[in-house]
Amino acid sequence: MTIHERLLRHVLVVFFLTALAVAAGCGRPAAEGRVTLRFWAMGREGEVVQELVRDFEREHPGFRVTVQQIPWSAAHEKLLTAHVGGSTPDLAQLGNTWIPEFAALGAVEPLLPWLARSRAVAESSYFAGIWDTNLVDGVPYGVPWYVDTRVLFYRRDLLARAGWDSIPGSWAEWLRSMEDVKRLAGKDRFAIFLPTNEYTPWIIFGLQAGSPLLRDDDSRGDFAGAEYRRAADFYLDVFRRRLAPNVAGAMIANRYQEFERGTFSMYISGPWDVGEFNRRLSPAMSGAWSIAPLPGPDGPASGLSTAGGSSLVLFRASRHKAEAWRLIEYLSRPEVQLRFRRLCGNLPARVEAWRDTALARDPFSRVFETQLRRAVSTPKVPEWENISLRLQDRVETMVLGHARPDSALAALDREVDRILEKRRWLLARARRHAGAAGALP
Amino acid sequence: MKGTVEVRQHRAGWAFVAPALVLIGVFFFVPVLAGLVLSFTDFDIYAVGRPDFARFVGLRNYVQALGNPMFWKALGNTLFFVLVGGPLSVAASLVAALLVSSKLTRFPGLFRSIFFMPVVTTLVAVAIVWRYLYQPQYGLLNWALGGLGIRPVDWLGDSHWAMLAIILLAVWKNFGYNMLIFVAGLQSVPEELYEAAELDGASPWSRFVHVTLPSLGPTFLFVGVMTMLGNFQLFAEPYVMTQGGPLKATTTVVMLMYDEGFRWWRMGMGSAIAFVLFVIMLAGTLLQMRLQREGRS
Repeated sequence: MTIHERLLRHVLVVFFLTALAVAAGCGRPAAEGRVTLRFWAMGREGEVVQELVRDFEREHPGFRVTVQQIPWSAAHEKLLTAHVGGSTPDLAQLGNTWIPEFAALGAVEPLLPWLARSRAVAESSYFAGIWDTNLVDGVPYGVPWYVDTRVLFYRRDLLARAGWDSIPGSWAEWLRSMEDVKRLAGKDRFAIFLPTNEYTPWIIFGLQAGSPLLRDDDSRGDFAGAEYRRAADFYLDVFRRRLAPNVAGAMIANRYQEFERGTFSMYISGPWDVGEFNRRLSPAMSGAWSIAPLPGPDGPASGLSTAGGSSLVLFRASRHKAEAWRLIEYLSRPEVQLRFRRLCGNLPARVEAWRDTALARDPFSRVFETQLRRAVSTPKVPEWENISLRLQDRVETMVLGHARPDSALAALDREVDRILEKRRWLLARARRHAGAAGALP
Repeated sequence: MKGTVEVRQHRAGWAFVAPALVLIGVFFFVPVLAGLVLSFTDFDIYAVGRPDFARFVGLRNYVQALGNPMFWKALGNTLFFVLVGGPLSVAASLVAALLVSSKLTRFPGLFRSIFFMPVVTTLVAVAIVWRYLYQPQYGLLNWALGGLGIRPVDWLGDSHWAMLAIILLAVWKNFGYNMLIFVAGLQSVPEELYEAAELDGASPWSRFVHVTLPSLGPTFLFVGVMTMLGNFQLFAEPYVMTQGGPLKATTTVVMLMYDEGFRWWRMGMGSAIAFVLFVIMLAGTLLQMRLQREGRS
C-alpha cells in the first residue's frame, strides 16, 4: 500500500466519520417533551442493560434511553475520540481504572453536588476500596456499577493430599503449603501459575506488603522502597524454589486443561473465571477445585487485592445530566443490581445486594465478598497502565534471572520517575499558584 | 495580445489546481507542520483539556526516543521487514506481471483480477483467515509442512518466526498492486526490441535480462521507492495479527508511535518518533534514487 493511498484513505475516513456524525445529529428525533438519553455500555453489560433500561423507561414515561453497545476492545479508543470530537454520550460505563484518565481529560463530571443531593446513592453503600477507585484527588467521578477483584483459585483435592484442607492466611504458611504440593507434584509440575506477562499479581503482592507503589503525591516510583522490596523477595522466592514455572502466559496453551492435569494447583484470577472453570473443566472436576481469599504477608487481614469493576459516569458535555443521573440512581438500586447480576453474573457494587439469600448462601460469593472488603485501589494517575507494563517487563527480567532485584527495581523507579515528570511539574505549578490552579488529576 | 492570453491561461491553470492545493494544504501540510511543532513540546493527556499544561521542551523528545532501547528494537524489526519483505514483494510482483503478460497465458484479465484481489480485501478479514493458516496445531501451513516431514512451527507465537509470518502475509496481500504497475511498464516496452533481439538469436533469458529489465528501469524506481515507503510504515498487519508480540518481535516504529501517541497520550513523543522515521525514509528514498542513477550511467 502506498503512502498516497494511505493518505487518501485517512482523508476519506475523516470525511466519512464527519458525515456520519452529521447524519447521526440530524437523525435524532426532535425531543417533544421527551428526553433521549444516550448511554454507552460495553460488551455483555451493554447487551443485558437494554432490558433494565426498558423498565426505567416504563417508570419514567418522559424518558427514552438509547443504549449503544461497544465491544471492550474498542471502548477506550471510542470514548477518547468521542471526547476529542465533542460527541460523548450523556452517561457511560467506564472501567474504574480508566477514571483518572478521563478525569484528567476533563471529560467526566465531578459528582460531589449530585451525590450531596441524592438519597439513592451514598458512599456508605459501597465497598470502601471500590468507592476509592472513583475518587481522583478526593473528588468522586463515578458511581460503582459492578465490582470484581482477584482471589486464589486452587485444587482442593491436590492440596488435601498434601495435607492442607484450606488455603492458609499468611505468606509463610502459604509458601509451606506450596512446598508440600510441589513435593507431591514432582519436577515438571508446579504449585502455582503466575504468568510473567500478567502484571496484576505483581501489583497485588506490592499492595499486600504495604507499598504505596508511588510516592510524593504519586509523582515518583516507590518500587525500590522497603515494602515493595519485601513483595519482590517473596514472589522471586516462589520462582527460585521452582514452585511456579517461569514462563509467560502464552507458553501454557490452555490454562484450564493444565489446571485439570495438575500442572499447577493455584492460580490468581477474578470472578469471570469461575464461569470459565465450570464450563471448561470436565464434570469430574466439580468439587475438586475452589476459591479462597488471597493470603497476606501478616495473616488474612493483610491479604489485599485489587479493586476492579466498572462505574457509571456522567459526561461534562451532556445537556441532560439531571436525567442521566436519575438513570444512574435507578441502576444503583439494590434490586436492579441483583437483576443485573442474574442477567450477566456480574457482582453487584451495592453491599445491600449482597444480603440477598442467593448471594449469601453461595460459598464462592462469600469468598468474593470477603476479598472485596480487602480490596484497595491502585494509584489513581492516568499513567498507571503504562507504569504497570514497565513493572511487568522488569518482573520478567528478575524472574528469568537477567537482573538482580536491587538494580531492576532501581531502574524501574528511574523509568517511572521519567514517566511522571509531568506530574511533578504540575504539582510544583499548582503549589506556586496555591489555590488558584484547578484540581490536579 | 499574446501576453494577456498567457496570463489568462496562467490564471486558469491556478484556478484549476487551487481546490486540490487547498485540500492538500489543509489535510496534509497543516497537520504535518502541527506535528513538527508538537514534537518539540510535551503535549500529553494533561494538555488535551488544558493547552497551557503543554511546554516547549526543545529536543528532549528526540533525545529520549533515540535513547529508548525499545525504539532501536522497533527500528530493527522495521528494517528487517523493509529489507526482506520489500525485495520479496517486488520480486513476487514482477514474476506475477511477467506471467499475466505472457502471450502464452490464457485469460490474462482473469488472473490479473485474482492477483489483485488481496489488495482490495479488508485486512482484518484477511488476518482472520491467515491466523487460521498459521495456527500451530491445526493450521493449513503446518499441515502442509508436516507432509514434507517438517516439524510444526508456532508462526505467530515464536519470536523468531513471527516477523517472517507477517512478511509472508504482507507480500501476499500487497504484491498485486505493484504487479499492475509492472504490467503497465511491460506494455510500454516496444515490441520491435524483442523482435530485433530474437532475430539476433537472443535466448528468452537474455531477452529478459537485456531488454525487459533495462526498459523497466523507471518502473523499478517507482515500485522500489513506493514499496519501501509503505513498508517503513508497517502497522496494520502486526497490530491485527500479533499486537507487536511475541516478546516485541513484531513491534514496528509506527506501532511504537501509536502506543506513545494514542495509548499513553504522549503526543509530543509520538510526533518526534514520526519525524525520526520520516528522516530515515527520506534517506532511504535518496539512496535508492542515487543507486538507480548510478546503475543507469
